[in-house]
Amino acid sequence: MEAKDIHQLLVNRFHDRIKDFQENTFPNAVVVDGSSIVEVCGFLKNEPGMEFTSLISISGVDLKEQSKLMVAYHLGSMQHKHKIVLKVETDRNNPHVPTIEMLWRGANWYEREAYDLYGIIFDGNSDLRRILLPDDWEGYPMRKDYVYPKRYHTWNV
Amino acid sequence: MGVLENSLPPNMLFTTVDKFLNWSKKSSLWYMLFATACCGIELMQAGASRYDLDRFGSVFRATPRQSDLIIVAGTITHKMADRVKKLYDQMPSPKYVIAMGSCANTGGPFFKDSYSVLKGVDQIIPVDVYVPGCPPRPEALIDGIIKLQQKIMEKKNLVKS
Repeated sequence: MEAKDIHQLLVNRFHDRIKDFQENTFPNAVVVDGSSIVEVCGFLKNEPGMEFTSLISISGVDLKEQSKLMVAYHLGSMQHKHKIVLKVETDRNNPHVPTIEMLWRGANWYEREAYDLYGIIFDGNSDLRRILLPDDWEGYPMRKDYVYPKRYHTWNV
Repeated sequence: MGVLENSLPPNMLFTTVDKFLNWSKKSSLWYMLFATACCGIELMQAGASRYDLDRFGSVFRATPRQSDLIIVAGTITHKMADRVKKLYDQMPSPKYVIAMGSCANTGGPFFKDSYSVLKGVDQIIPVDVYVPGCPPRPEALIDGIIKLQQKIMEKKNLVKS
């Protein structure tokens, strides 16, 4: 199924909670309201005809100019060979997004990574702590305004 | 013919204490299994039958407690650095360090603009021999070990240098 058709299906089902459709990205992306992401993901995973059984990745994006952070969910279906990207925007100063760990267990580590590098807090994640950087690291390195520290513990960074 | 002729048993050798101690150290450089990245594969090759590191008296130990040498083979992140230091501290003296490959030497390809990689393992532990390469071939590592052996042979244990 084409991304356009999937978007139409989501609009029919969730109405104004589906914000936007981005045709210039590959795969095409659907912007979803943050509070509905669990519901939308659950629909895409379980609905006959959709069967997005594979969570390919979750990444963070820093939209500094709009004072926002974004989370991009790449979903794929082994059965139907179709792909879609869901995007959720959140406030840059207080970034909260619900976890989708209950749908795909692999989301746990992806969300930890996004938390580690962007500081996005995934509400409900069972083990939200840093995954790549040390526990006592300060700041979120992939944010555009991140300033590299000169030293960490006893050595130069 | 000197005055000592026939006064000593035939299986006696003369040497200095320093030379004897150093010779025994350099002939049994047990290295700790420590590999974090691509260099680790080359290190494994050096230990395997083709390059046969054993012929230099160098065999691996899976614990710091009986290791003389730590070959840091691979990228060290800030998260890993404390563990490397701890392992080094657990090794008995005298102990030696070989930094193998660009990452262990300087941070390698991650030197610029990396938030997570330690820029050279010499920031946390003292390095005796740097082996360049990305990754170095087993020959290069063996050369590094021979260099370390030469360094050990030059050490003065009892006499002031």
